[in-house]
Amino acid sequence: LAPHRPPRDRPTPPLRGPGCRPRAPLRRCPRYIPPLRVWPMPQISASSPEQYPLNPEAFYFEYGRQSEAQPGCSVLDAAFKRYFSLIFPDYFPVTKNFELFHDILIFLDVPISLKYNLSVCAGQASLKAETVWGALRGLETFSQLVYQDDFGSFFVNKTDIEDFPRFQFRGILLDTSRHYLPVQAILKTLDAMAYSKFNVFHWHIVDDPSFPYQSQTFPDLSAKGAFHPMTHIYTQTDVQRVISYARLRGIRVLPEFDSPGHTQSWGKGQSDLLTPCYKGGTPSGAFGPVNPTLPSTYQFIARLFKEVSSVFPDSYIHLGGDEVNFFCWKSNPDVRAFMQKMGFGTDFTKLEAFYMESIVNITSTLNKTAIVWQDVFDYHELLHIWKGVPYDYTKELSRITKAGKRVVLAAPWYINHIAYGQDWRKSYTVQPLNFSGTEEQKKLVIGGEVCMWGEYVDATNLTPRLWPRASAAAERLWSDEKQTSSVEKAFPRLQDFRCKLLRRGIQAEPLYVGHCRHEYQGI
Amino acid sequence: SKTYIFFGQLCCNCLHAVGGVWPMPQISASSPEQYPLNPEAFYFEYGRQSEAQPGCSVLDAAFKRYFSLIFPDYFPGDNLSVCAGQASLKAETVWGALRGLETFSQLVYQDDFGSFFVNKTDIEDFPRFQFRGILLDTSRHYLPVQAILKTLDAMAYSKFNVFHWHIVDDPSFPYQSQTFPDLSAKGAFHPMTHIYTQTDVQRVISYARLRGIRVLPEFDSPGHTQSWGKGQSDLLTPCYKGGTPSGAFGPVNPTLPSTYQFIARLFKEVSSVFPDSYIHLGGDEVNFFCWKSNPDVRAFMQKMGFGTDFTKLEAFYMESIVNITSTLNKTAIVWQDVFDYHERIPEDTVLHIWKGVPYDYTKELSRITKAGKRVVLAAPWYINHIAYGQDWRKSYTVQPLNFSGTEEQKKLVIGGEVCMWGEYVDATNLTPRLWPRASAAAERLWSDEKQTSSVEKAFPRLQDFRCKLLRRGIQAEPLYVGHCRHEYQGI
Repeated sequence: LAPHRPPRDRPTPPLRGPGCRPRAPLRRCPRYIPPLRVWPMPQISASSPEQYPLNPEAFYFEYGRQSEAQPGCSVLDAAFKRYFSLIFPDYFPVTKNFELFHDILIFLDVPISLKYNLSVCAGQASLKAETVWGALRGLETFSQLVYQDDFGSFFVNKTDIEDFPRFQFRGILLDTSRHYLPVQAILKTLDAMAYSKFNVFHWHIVDDPSFPYQSQTFPDLSAKGAFHPMTHIYTQTDVQRVISYARLRGIRVLPEFDSPGHTQSWGKGQSDLLTPCYKGGTPSGAFGPVNPTLPSTYQFIARLFKEVSSVFPDSYIHLGGDEVNFFCWKSNPDVRAFMQKMGFGTDFTKLEAFYMESIVNITSTLNKTAIVWQDVFDYHELLHIWKGVPYDYTKELSRITKAGKRVVLAAPWYINHIAYGQDWRKSYTVQPLNFSGTEEQKKLVIGGEVCMWGEYVDATNLTPRLWPRASAAAERLWSDEKQTSSVEKAFPRLQDFRCKLLRRGIQAEPLYVGHCRHEYQGI
Repeated sequence: SKTYIFFGQLCCNCLHAVGGVWPMPQISASSPEQYPLNPEAFYFEYGRQSEAQPGCSVLDAAFKRYFSLIFPDYFPGDNLSVCAGQASLKAETVWGALRGLETFSQLVYQDDFGSFFVNKTDIEDFPRFQFRGILLDTSRHYLPVQAILKTLDAMAYSKFNVFHWHIVDDPSFPYQSQTFPDLSAKGAFHPMTHIYTQTDVQRVISYARLRGIRVLPEFDSPGHTQSWGKGQSDLLTPCYKGGTPSGAFGPVNPTLPSTYQFIARLFKEVSSVFPDSYIHLGGDEVNFFCWKSNPDVRAFMQKMGFGTDFTKLEAFYMESIVNITSTLNKTAIVWQDVFDYHERIPEDTVLHIWKGVPYDYTKELSRITKAGKRVVLAAPWYINHIAYGQDWRKSYTVQPLNFSGTEEQKKLVIGGEVCMWGEYVDATNLTPRLWPRASAAAERLWSDEKQTSSVEKAFPRLQDFRCKLLRRGIQAEPLYVGHCRHEYQGI
């Protein structure tokens, strides 16, 4: 099997690494060599028919002598245990209990090298990575290389992989306001994200319909704004559980507190926060976006964000800023008076800009960086692109990167939009950098995000709707585009990967007619 | 024969809103008068004048089942209280009694403290259509028996009464035949794990029966039979390319006597395994290309005087197998293609309408009922076709009798069927994709159309019903933004 041709600026990896001792060929006849059974496809890989049996009784992970990470490294200690069960299913029961590690927690943060090298030779495999997070990706890849024959014996083929992600931001958005998602459902999603090497969980935690986040500073927000104040909430413990669970899988949690629109539920527990709408000179009883004219608004935001900043350790926070309806602001005389005072005239985009700028400043004071939806273009470092029918988002990309802003592309990956047939192909064939712009502009595209908005989604249908369709986008975000441009070649690999997901307890739906050796039992 | 059931121990009055029943009963009256229910004291009992008595397996099982549905998380106690209140259920058959129990179970509700209540109610109910079916396809994807049983549970909650089991097709043959074991040994996705043994089949049939659901098996031919040829060589027509066999196979070979001997033996087994008096023979989407290419088939056509009209050959095949079916004392249901090709079929054959973009199926209905044939309408209810948004509304607003025809013709529409074809469906997504969308069709098939014409009024009732489904362990997806008191925990 010829090695994949590496891009010109990278050295060809050797087929035998240091420490590989030549061995006599195995007595077993070489079986067919499957196409590289790793999803997403690694950047550079070479495998051979040489096949090594694995014995679960004797297999173990070990830190290398020269490794900076050693026993006590909580992330890798947990990963070794977790991946053992994934590689040898049914050998040990997979423990669902969550364990808190009492060491100094180091969280994933600003762009980190996820690069890893994996060499599988007879008798041992060696995994080198620059960071613990890269090592996690290597373990995931290794776990996908192991397979069973018809007798149930485990094998792995001689393999050399050098891998790194094409884009550093590979996210999934979950919406826990349109429907409450039990914590278990979120944790299950994090598991599946790790299998596809997603690394950002964008938690769109509150919105118009409900406010499930139980704030310590403002307990009334969930007490009055959640679907049910006792059962449909995320306590501080729940939130920490999600964050730790994600961290052990190399996933960052990006919280979004979307405002000034999408905030109906906030007003239930925080009176005076939302703008009262007027009809014919008197309040109509309805409320609109957050009221940007009152100092109390900014005091509230400052205190809430202070809590959010300490609860969520990531250095980024998503502030929303999308789809602000100006109708209510227009109707309110106090708002109109404020507009005059500030010299905004009748241009409500200026009022919105004023609000966004204020809360971005609050965010900066708290030492966090803001991400916002593209609606609010002007002030921010990182924009989330969601607008544009399939072909127009390229114009958005050109426009925003031309202004020097970093972007995350979500528009073509709104997979809450379902349709009959194999729509994973649409996700797979997105070309994130295929827009008019300079090389410098293209570098500003830091990644993409699969969005699973919750209008029609809760724990009953979340997993089959997310997987394996999201995995198509995962490969687009991780792998080399030239090597992964053929939908025909991807299909059997993704079918195979989907069967792996089933084996690992993820209720991933089928791509097309067929079967898996181990089906989901439907219980 | 009449069945009388009494529900013991209903006392007191309080004011409360009435719970909803789905599908909507034909005639009902309820009052704010509210009776508390005590799970410790509640019991079902056969009436003294009831023909059904303890030992009636269907109702014995139903009493136990419905007790748990009405009082989730409780276990039946041994106490019998001195009861003051009661409800009475009268039905002409045990199957009607089952529907009544289902309705009663939906009338019971809990207040915020968890206490159970039911309101004073009077209901007279009967289905608008007698055939209210769901099709599952276990060939495109194997469905574990558990998934089928779960579907039967949910069907009972919506008063569906026919499980149309499209058990085999092109991709796989999971039915383990005793007469022809090679059919599944060679034709299933996996001969040990992706099959339905005789025990599995009996289990499904009994489970369905206890819920008042008939199992209608479909062995679709002559098309849709690729998997049959794996274990039965000489069954399928060898396709020819330029005068020699190409290696590919087409529909069942209608020219060989061995074909009909095989079908007779297989159907004999199927007729005894499946107790229903109806059997679905398929007959849809037969591609003539392969038959045309085969010289023996062309010769047969000449001999029979069919010329080059292959619809006549298909008709010949279908007539033969329908006759076999009649000999076995069963009635055939076939997809409408069989009628479209002017085949001579017995008067009582039922035709299954699947063709027609949403508005054209009305033409199909007119056409086929005009010829005096009974029909089952499936075309507007192919809910394997998913789309973003509240597509349950489309299923709900179907008007099965809104086509040009006489009253006599309209009587020939015996019901409808929700189809969940399996190209993109297996146990991972079957339940959320079926429910609650199929329930929208359930109401269309059971209830009075005038009382159930408003989608706006149906929405909150269906949302509520969906929460009931969740409570009962059915992984039914949401209709829209919102929540249920008890969510699906996602495990």
